Amino acid sequence: MGVDLSVSLGGARLANPVVTASGCFGSGKEMSRFVDLHSLGAIVCKTVTPEPRLGISPPRGAETASGMLNAIGLQNPGVQAFRDNDLAWLAEQGVPAIASVGGHSVADYVQCIEALRGAPGLIAIEMNLSCPNLEDRGFMFALSAERTAEVTAAARAASDVPVFCKLSPDVTDLVAIAEAAVGAGADGLSLINTTLGMAIDPRTFRAKLSTGTGGLSGPAIKPIAVRCVWQVHRALGHIPIIGMGGIATVDDAIEMILAGATAVAIGTANFYEPAASEQIARGLADFCESRGITSLDEIRGQVKEEG
Amino acid sequence: MNPVIRTTTIVSSQRFGAYRELTIEAREIAESARPGQFLNICVQPGGAHLLRRPFSIARADRSAGTVSVVFDPVGLGTQWLGARAGGDSLDLVGPLGHGFDVTSDPGVDLLVGGGYGTAALSFLAAELEARGGEVHAIIGARSRSRLYENEVLNETCASIAVMTDDGSAGMQGLVTDPMPEMIKRFSPRVVYACGPMPMLRATAAVAAENSVPSQLAVEEFMACGIGVCWTCVLPVRANGSLKHLRSCTEGPVFEGEAIAWA
Repeated sequence: MGVDLSVSLGGARLANPVVTASGCFGSGKEMSRFVDLHSLGAIVCKTVTPEPRLGISPPRGAETASGMLNAIGLQNPGVQAFRDNDLAWLAEQGVPAIASVGGHSVADYVQCIEALRGAPGLIAIEMNLSCPNLEDRGFMFALSAERTAEVTAAARAASDVPVFCKLSPDVTDLVAIAEAAVGAGADGLSLINTTLGMAIDPRTFRAKLSTGTGGLSGPAIKPIAVRCVWQVHRALGHIPIIGMGGIATVDDAIEMILAGATAVAIGTANFYEPAASEQIARGLADFCESRGITSLDEIRGQVKEEG
Repeated sequence: MNPVIRTTTIVSSQRFGAYRELTIEAREIAESARPGQFLNICVQPGGAHLLRRPFSIARADRSAGTVSVVFDPVGLGTQWLGARAGGDSLDLVGPLGHGFDVTSDPGVDLLVGGGYGTAALSFLAAELEARGGEVHAIIGARSRSRLYENEVLNETCASIAVMTDDGSAGMQGLVTDPMPEMIKRFSPRVVYACGPMPMLRATAAVAAENSVPSQLAVEEFMACGIGVCWTCVLPVRANGSLKHLRSCTEGPVFEGEAIAWA
């Protein structure tokens, strides 16, 4: 029996639903030492901004129970160098790429997207909306339905590929923000970004990150991610969702698909299990085969909610 | 060689004063490992501490097909590792990072090691001596129990100066105290150092004052160890501009003079 794992992400066709979470896989080159990149649906690259960014001073990471905190400050070589080196390399390998773009203003996002127009192998744009908006007192775009809609509409107008908005779970009403993104033209949603956390060293009294707070990721946040995907899928069932947040096993991926995800992204698991993404992609096929599932459409969003 | 992910077996676990030395079966890693490279080891599999811990390779025995790491069992991960015994299995990734740059022609070099950092330098000492070089070493620690010495170091170094903060072994003082005198006497080409960051910083400063280039193996928090998380960066000056380079892939060995110390 053949299992068809292919999925459509707002018009972009992926051979299978397993992709990588932005900032957890570079642009694939380092990870190709451990993973056959062709086993994945696509590589979602680390966020780029119009100009190169140095990022923040270390310490940038700290381990916490079943997860970790990070604050990198969007260190990246700038969108042009990314296109010339990273995207070109992925295209040479024949691996589909999703570029993650960030910025501090609507114009920054548009500038990135314009610089990426026509790039070979680029199948979609992911909007990292957890960047501080300097036009809105430094608040993240993803905290406000209005700002999310504004930047999404500008991105949709500028892009020649599907646009996915990556949203933050740190909001009161995620569905309202997801609806604003979709209303402004988003082709899909990526759920979720890290959730803001903090850790303090009880011996030195110092915050473990140089910025004080940072993004919490890993299995610790998986129930939050599953809840977010489920809530948004219930409200916007026709919109493809890339589900992410603590996925480390095939069972985790299935859980996310049952909540309503069309694709799943592997993030922090790549750090401690470098082959995780490929193992999950291959394991998903085995899972489907063993359960007689011929397409993931059969189980997407099929969580049984009562008892 | 590309790094590999392996579930392998611990051959032995030995106590060295306050430290533990684990010898691990890993033939392909032993055959290709360079001094200064590291292994990223999974601790408490199945537990809540998911991130691997990086450990400098202290020995690579090519004929036995084993590698060793030396560590101070102070944290959750290292305590778990310290409680492992011969026959237990271990999940590791390696060899990772680029090690010390070693020129092929023989010459005189100075090694400066602090605490268990000296272990990685014993691997380097063996390499330098095998190339016909003359190796001198300064090794130090807070006290005798935290001083790492092994037979490789004793057999390969032409001289070893021992320094402890409390004078419980060797001379009382810091590893940097005898550096100017030893540099004057032996004219080393390079100062190679491994140890805690404050010691590395001081060692780089003394080497620079005496016009000797230094190579430092740094220890930074690493979430992944394989070049993708960008947590382990070190500020480094390159061509007049400041860059954040990854300790895992662009290090862990850096030129002392290039580091922009905080």
